[in-house]
Amino acid sequence: MEQIFVFFFTYREAIFIIALSVFLGIEVISNVPSVLHTPLMSGANAISGVIIIGGIILVGHADASKVSLELILGILAIIFATLNVVGGFVVTDRMLEMFKKKKK
Amino acid sequence: MDQVIGSLNGVDFTLGGALLELSYLLAALLFVVGLRLLSHPETARKGNFYAAAGMFLAMVTTLLLHKDSQGEAIPLANVWIILAALGVGTVLGWVMALRIQMTAMPQMVSFYNATGGAASALVAMLEFPNTDMGNVGSALATLLGLIVGSVAFSGSMLAYGKLDGKVGDTVSGWMKYLNLLLLLVVVGLSAYMMASGQTAGELSWALYLLLGISLVYGITFVMPIGGADMPVVISLLNSLTGIAATMAGFIYSNQAMILGGILVGAAGTILTVLMCNAMNRSLLNVILGAFGGAGASAGTGPEGDMKEISMSDAAILLSYSKSVVIVPGYGLAVAQAQHVCHELDMLLADKGVQVKYAIHPVAGRMPGHMNVLLAEADVPYSQLVEMDDINTEIANTDVVVVIGANDVVNPAAINNPGSPIAGMPIINAHFARNIIVMKRGRGKGYAGIENELFFDPKTRLLFGNAKDTLQKLASEVKSLH
Repeated sequence: MEQIFVFFFTYREAIFIIALSVFLGIEVISNVPSVLHTPLMSGANAISGVIIIGGIILVGHADASKVSLELILGILAIIFATLNVVGGFVVTDRMLEMFKKKKK
Repeated sequence: MDQVIGSLNGVDFTLGGALLELSYLLAALLFVVGLRLLSHPETARKGNFYAAAGMFLAMVTTLLLHKDSQGEAIPLANVWIILAALGVGTVLGWVMALRIQMTAMPQMVSFYNATGGAASALVAMLEFPNTDMGNVGSALATLLGLIVGSVAFSGSMLAYGKLDGKVGDTVSGWMKYLNLLLLLVVVGLSAYMMASGQTAGELSWALYLLLGISLVYGITFVMPIGGADMPVVISLLNSLTGIAATMAGFIYSNQAMILGGILVGAAGTILTVLMCNAMNRSLLNVILGAFGGAGASAGTGPEGDMKEISMSDAAILLSYSKSVVIVPGYGLAVAQAQHVCHELDMLLADKGVQVKYAIHPVAGRMPGHMNVLLAEADVPYSQLVEMDDINTEIANTDVVVVIGANDVVNPAAINNPGSPIAGMPIINAHFARNIIVMKRGRGKGYAGIENELFFDPKTRLLFGNAKDTLQKLASEVKSLH
């Protein structure tokens, strides 16, 4: 039992952020019309590519003097994450552009 | 004051560090505002741009300002490597995004989701050797990042294959027991790794085992889910990727990653629930209940014949109607028929026919998919009517034209409590005065259930590829005076 309190106390800041972000996430998209479900899903998907920052940090401080499995996998992680981010945002923009065009 | 803050995070205060954190705060705010704007039609495009700007900002500042625990910045050689990797990903992602057909959008989103999951799993795997297994928080974050990332990866890849028609559905009753077993193994193994008291280095065998089982679990988790439930799975996998990114954010105590990931996780979960509601099913039911052929055996199939209609008769029927409602489904999407369909509706409108489109919330393979496709074909927004609104006026409609839709107009959802889709709200096409169904063949729908609407005495069928059929029909209508 005490361990749970220790865990909470150690990570209280992160736990605060997570708890509040969950409500924020729910609140922010709660009234979305079904027309926008697909673009919203695809846009949110692009945001989940934020893992790219982890990839940059990882490869940034890796030993680049020799080719190692770690380095290759790290580079792969960046490429994958970039695909997610760039592809996601571009595809979302393409979809939304169509909605725009039709309004005129 | 600076000292206090510095010691809390275990690093000393530097201007660069402060700037970096400030940029993360800005990026996180841009994500929130972006998502907010994305959920309104007028501002959606701007929202997407804001979120992208936040991501770009966080990437640039990380590259320029990030320092490791020894206070070392990212060396120039590594910067070049990273830029090269970013370049490759950007070009690939951009080209794919521009080339993809709007009809294949669900596959594309699945694929991008898979790459995000893979990146999270890789990051967690590579950070594992540096993880202090005695520290519950960091061990948990690393293991969860690995598990959730791999499940999201293999699950999304399978969903991609299924949506692309490369992989069929496999439904069997024992699947759920296997899934439960795999889940227990994953939890058990993780608990063992954290409780064994061994260092990360000694546990690398367990890490690879965990990776393997998680990948298999992702596949067996998505395998039995199919039919109309596919959109729910995509959305669920999407929120998993967000959670995986959050875990990685924990590893680096990076607030932008934690917030960005959890936003997507929460938003994805809400979208998933909204979709489940649209189908009147619970999430658990979707995950456990094998949807499709197996469950349909109980009922008596609809009896009678399917009656065909000739192209010219169909053209005459449509041209002399007062009101026509078009119900588009996935068949319209795969045939790329949205443009021809709009052509037909304009021809009919010229003849004074009132044409509307009835949009079922889960028509297509993704919620809102039909709206995107019809928007691509320049169908005015005012012509798209949502399910509940169209159902009130469908009894006064002369002709309902069902184009490549099946389960969303199947009256069995209302009439037959034993049907696998019982309780799912449908478009009440069977109340219309006449029904024309365009269908590729005599087969069942994606959910594998017979549709009694097709055997209704008021229904007549036009067999063939939706695009060809619509083209012929349009030229028939044009030739009428």
